[in-house]
Amino acid sequence: MIGTSLPKIDSYAKVTGAAKYADDLTLPRMAHGRILRSPHPHARILRLDIARARAHPGVLDVITAADLPRRYGIMPTTQDEYPFALDTVRYVGEPVAAVVAVDEETAEEALDLIEVVYAPLPTVSTIEEALAREDIRLHDTTKRGNIMKEVHLDFGDVDEGFAQADLVREDTFFFEGTTHAPMEEHSCVADCRPDGKITLWTSTQTPHYVHREVAKVLEIPRSRLRVIVPPVGGGFGGKCEPFAHDFAAALFALRHGRPVKFTLSREEVFYCHRGRHPVKMILKTGVKRDGAITAVHLQTFLDGGAYASYGLATVYYTGALLTVTYKIPRYKFDGMRLYTNKPACGPKRGHGSTQPRYAFECQLDKIAEQLGLDPAAYRKQLAIEPYSTTVNGLRVTSCGLVECVDKVVEASRWRERRGRMPAGTGLGIAISSYVTGAGKAIYWNDMPHSGVIVTIDRGGGVAVLCGSSDIGQGSDTMLAQIVAHELGIALLDIRVYTGDTDLTPVDLGSYSSRVTFMAGNAARAAATKLRALLFEAAAAHLGVPAERLTAADGRIHLADDPATGLAFAEAAQLAEAAHGTLSAVGSYTPPKLGGEFKGAGVGISPAYSYTACVAQVAVDPDTYDLRVEKLWVAHDCGRALNPTLVEGQIEGSAYMGFGEAVLEEQVFRKGLHKIPSLLEYKLPTIYDTPEIVALTVETHDHEGPYGAKEAGEGPLNPIIPAIANAVYDAIRARVDSTPITPDKIARALKERQRPLPAPARPHGAPTPIEVMPL
Amino acid sequence: MMRLPKFEYRAARTVAEALEWMGEFSSAADKDPQAHAMLMAGGTDVLPNMKHRVFTPQVVVGLRGVAALRGIAYDPEHGLRLGAGVRLSELAASPIIRARYPALARAAEVISTPQLRQMGTLGGNLCLDTRCNYYNQSEFWRKARDYCLKRGSEICRVAPNGTGCYAVSSCDTAPVLIALGATARIASRAGDRILPIADLYHDDGIHPVRLHDGDVLTDLYVPSPPGDWRSTYEKYRVRGAFDFPIASVAAVARFDGAQCADVRLVLQGVATRPLPLPEVEALLRGQPWTPDLLDAAAELGYKAAHPMDNTAGTIALRRRIVRAYIRRALDALIAPSVIH
Repeated sequence: MIGTSLPKIDSYAKVTGAAKYADDLTLPRMAHGRILRSPHPHARILRLDIARARAHPGVLDVITAADLPRRYGIMPTTQDEYPFALDTVRYVGEPVAAVVAVDEETAEEALDLIEVVYAPLPTVSTIEEALAREDIRLHDTTKRGNIMKEVHLDFGDVDEGFAQADLVREDTFFFEGTTHAPMEEHSCVADCRPDGKITLWTSTQTPHYVHREVAKVLEIPRSRLRVIVPPVGGGFGGKCEPFAHDFAAALFALRHGRPVKFTLSREEVFYCHRGRHPVKMILKTGVKRDGAITAVHLQTFLDGGAYASYGLATVYYTGALLTVTYKIPRYKFDGMRLYTNKPACGPKRGHGSTQPRYAFECQLDKIAEQLGLDPAAYRKQLAIEPYSTTVNGLRVTSCGLVECVDKVVEASRWRERRGRMPAGTGLGIAISSYVTGAGKAIYWNDMPHSGVIVTIDRGGGVAVLCGSSDIGQGSDTMLAQIVAHELGIALLDIRVYTGDTDLTPVDLGSYSSRVTFMAGNAARAAATKLRALLFEAAAAHLGVPAERLTAADGRIHLADDPATGLAFAEAAQLAEAAHGTLSAVGSYTPPKLGGEFKGAGVGISPAYSYTACVAQVAVDPDTYDLRVEKLWVAHDCGRALNPTLVEGQIEGSAYMGFGEAVLEEQVFRKGLHKIPSLLEYKLPTIYDTPEIVALTVETHDHEGPYGAKEAGEGPLNPIIPAIANAVYDAIRARVDSTPITPDKIARALKERQRPLPAPARPHGAPTPIEVMPL
Repeated sequence: MMRLPKFEYRAARTVAEALEWMGEFSSAADKDPQAHAMLMAGGTDVLPNMKHRVFTPQVVVGLRGVAALRGIAYDPEHGLRLGAGVRLSELAASPIIRARYPALARAAEVISTPQLRQMGTLGGNLCLDTRCNYYNQSEFWRKARDYCLKRGSEICRVAPNGTGCYAVSSCDTAPVLIALGATARIASRAGDRILPIADLYHDDGIHPVRLHDGDVLTDLYVPSPPGDWRSTYEKYRVRGAFDFPIASVAAVARFDGAQCADVRLVLQGVATRPLPLPEVEALLRGQPWTPDLLDAAAELGYKAAHPMDNTAGTIALRRRIVRAYIRRALDALIAPSVIH
C-alpha cells in the first residue's frame, strides 16, 4: 500500500465530472453575488451611494465596508485589509461593494447603479518608486514610506568572510511576478440555518484560517460558522486566505437566512492574485580558490502590492532558505517588502524561496566558470551534510542533494554532452531545497498542526476525518493510503472526509508543503492506535499473542500463518464489544526548532526536501526564441508514498517553473494589469512544455511518515535557474532576469559583443556593497 | 463567470433569410447603434467579444444552419470553391487542399485550438475583428482605462497622438487567400458581387472588413494553381496553441528553373490589414533564388512592417520575426515538402 502507485481516490469523480466544485453547488432559493471593484490604482472614496442599486428589482442586498468594518489579514501582526475598501482603494480590482440579487445578471446590472466618486491619488508601481516616493504612502501604519517590513539578519562576520575570499562576486537579479492561475476560479456558497449557524463552502487551501478570519470579521463566535472545502480545482498558494466574496457570502446568509453564491471571473482571479512577488536581489558571495564559500550577503527588495497578505513571511523566506543547500559559514540577509498600487502578492509554490534560489544558482554558475569548475561537481562539493545545522540555525535532517545531482547528471549524460552541444544549444544545472511544512502556524500557538480522527463501523468501513484541504495534489488519497496500510484494508473500504471545520480536527491547510508530513503522521498515529485495539480483541478471540498479528488483505491474522485469523469487520465488532465505540485520534506537532532571534520562526521545518535539475535548451539564431527541450528533475521526497503522485508533483512543478522562466509575467501599465486573461497571460500549453524526466530519490527521513517528505513545491525551484544556466551555456551571454524572453536574449547577445567585464577581484579587495540605484 | 449580454438569436436556414433579418436592422442601426444585428458563424470571435461588451448586438443571426455555406469543391479548370461556413478543421483536413493549397491547410491548422477550429469557420476567420490589447478586454478593464478609439473613446491608447486605430488584423487564412489570388462572393439584398479577397480589407482598424451591414460572405474561389506553384504559411505565435499570430508570412511562388517566375508575399499580424509586399515581390521576380537575394528580400520586408505595441510580443520581437519568417518562408518555397 505504502510506496504503491494507486489512482487517486477522487480521480473517477473528477474525470467523469461527478465531483462537485463550489460553483457546482446549487441550493434552493440560492441568490447570486457580484463584486464591484475599483477601477483606480489609488484613490480616496469620496462618496459611495448604493441606494439605486438597492432599489433595483431583484437586488436582495448590497454590502460595503459599512457592513464589514473590521480589519483583517492572514498574518496576525500585519492586518491591513478590509473585505471592502473602507475609504481608500489601493489597486485596480480592489473590492468596493458586493451586490446580491436573484440571479447573476441582475447582480451585474446593479453594480452599474452603485455610485462611487473617487478622488484619484498619485501611485507607486515599482520597487524603485515605492522607495523613492515616500510622499505617496499607501498605508499610514508603516514606519517609513512604503516599507511594509524590513529585515536585517547577521550570522557570523561576513566582512571577515569576504576578506578571506579569493573571489567575490556581486550580481543583481530580478525575478518578475507571476500568478498561480488555478483552473478553478475562486468560488463560494454560504447558507444559514434557522438557528443562525452559517455554513460556508469555499474553494480554499486553508479552511482553518478562513474559519478564524471570517468569524472574526463578522463578529460571531467561531462555533456559529462552519467552513467546508468542496473539491478544489488547484490553488498553488492563491487560495490561502479569505477573500471579499467569503465575507460577503457569509454575511448575506446570516442576514437573510438564504443561500448565496459568488464565483469570480478569470479576470477577477488575476486581481485577487496573492502570487509570486517580483523581487530585486543583490547577491554577494565570496569563495576560496577551490570554490568553498566564505560568506554570502543577500539583499532582497520585494514588490508586495497593496496589502500585506503573507508578505511578512515572504520577506523572511527570501532569506531563510538560502542556507539549507550549501555549506555557508557566514551569512547576512537584508530584506525589504514594499507596498505598491497593485494586487497584493503572497505565496506561490516555493513561497519566497524561488526568487533567491534562482539568483544564487545563477551566480554559482558564474563562479564555477570563473574558477574553472564543473557546475555539477561544484554543487556536490558545496553540498550541506545530512543531519547538520545551518549558519542561521535551521536543523537539516535527511538530505539527498548529492544523490539528486548524481541522478540528473547521469540521466542527462551531462559529463559526456556538456561543452559538446551543437551551436545555440546548451545544458544547465541547478539545485534547491524546500521546507516540508512550516515549523510554526501563522498564529503562534502550542497546539498540533494537524489532527486526524479514524473511526470504524460495524461493517468494517473506515472513516478518516482531517481538516486538510485536497487541492488536487492528492492529500485525501495520502490519508486513505496510510490508514489502509496500517489497517490492512483496501482503499475502497475507506471514506475520507476533509476540510470541514465542524467535523474534522484542525489541519492548518495545504500550504508550505506540509500535509503529507504532518497530516500523514497524524493519520498514522490514529490508525496505529485503532489497530492495537483490533489486535487486542483479535488476539483474545484467536488465543494468540497480539504481537504476532498482522493486518493485511482485509483480515487480521498471524504474520507467519495467514490461515489463522479473522475478517477485518469481525475484528472490528469484537474490538467494539471489548472497548466501546471505535475511534482514535492522532495529531502531529513539529518539534521545537530554530534559533532565538526575531524571524527565527520562518524557514524552520521538520525536514527539507532537495531537488536537482538539468535543463537542455535551444536558442533560435534568427528569432532568439528559447526552446526548453528537456528537463531532468531528481527530487528527494524522503519516500514516495505514492510514486505516481510524486512524479505528478515533480512534473507539475517543472511545468510551472518552465512557464515562469520563459513565458509568464504579471505586469501592469499605469496600475492596470496588462493582460488579465488566459489568452494573453501566457501559461505554457502542452505543445510548449519540454519533455520532463521525473526521478525520485528516497532518503527515508526519520521523522516523516514512513520516511516521506514533501514533493509539491520544492521541485519548482531549481527549474528556473537550470534553464537560465542552460541559456548561458547555449549563447555565452547572461540574462539575469525572468522571464528569459527573446528580446532579453537579443540584448544579452548584443552586450556580449562588448569587451568582457573585468576579471575576478583579487584576494583581499572585495568591492564594497553598492547601494541599489533608485 | 463572464456573462453574455442579452440578445435575440435567430437561426437562419438560408442566405436569403439571413439577408432579410440583417436588413431589418441595418436601417435601424443608423439611429441607434445598439439596435444592430450581427452575423455569427462559429461564434468563436463574436461571443468572447460580446462577453467583453465590445459587440453588443440586439440580434445575432446564426449561419450555422445554412446548408449553402458548406462544402469544398475542386476541379482543375475552375479551381477551388469553398463555402464560407466550412469549418477550419475541415479546411485543415481536406485532402485536396492539403495537396493543392498546402499553405491554406497550414493556415487553418495553426489557428487557436482543436476545439475552436471545430467551431470556427473560414468565413468567420476572414471577418475576424481586428485585435488590440486595449480593445480585447472586459468592459471593466476598458472603462478603467477610459476606453479606446475603436470602442467608446476619441483617443487611441496605443498612439494617443495618432489619427487612426491600430488594432491588428490577425486572421490566418486571409494572407494565404490573398497570396493565392482568391476572390469572395458576397450576397446582399441588392444582389451578389465578387471581389478579390485583398479588397475585403482596408487600413481601418475600427472597421477592418469592407462589408456593408447586411452583406453575407458566402463563397471563396481560389484559382487552380499551375502545376509548379508552391505555397507556404509561416506563423509565429508565443505558444503552440491558442495564440493569434505575432507575425506571419504567406508566400506563393512559381519557378522557372532556378529563377523565380512569380511570387506573392503577404504579412499578417503587423498591421490593421493583411500587408502585401509588392516591393519585395518585385525584388524577387525574375531573379535566381540565391541566399543573398532572400536576405535582401527579408530586409526589405522588415522595413515595410511597422507594428505597434498592442499585441503579445514587443515591437522589436514582431519586427525581428517578420525578417526571420520572410526568410524562412522563401526558403520553404524551394523545400521539397512544399512541392505539389
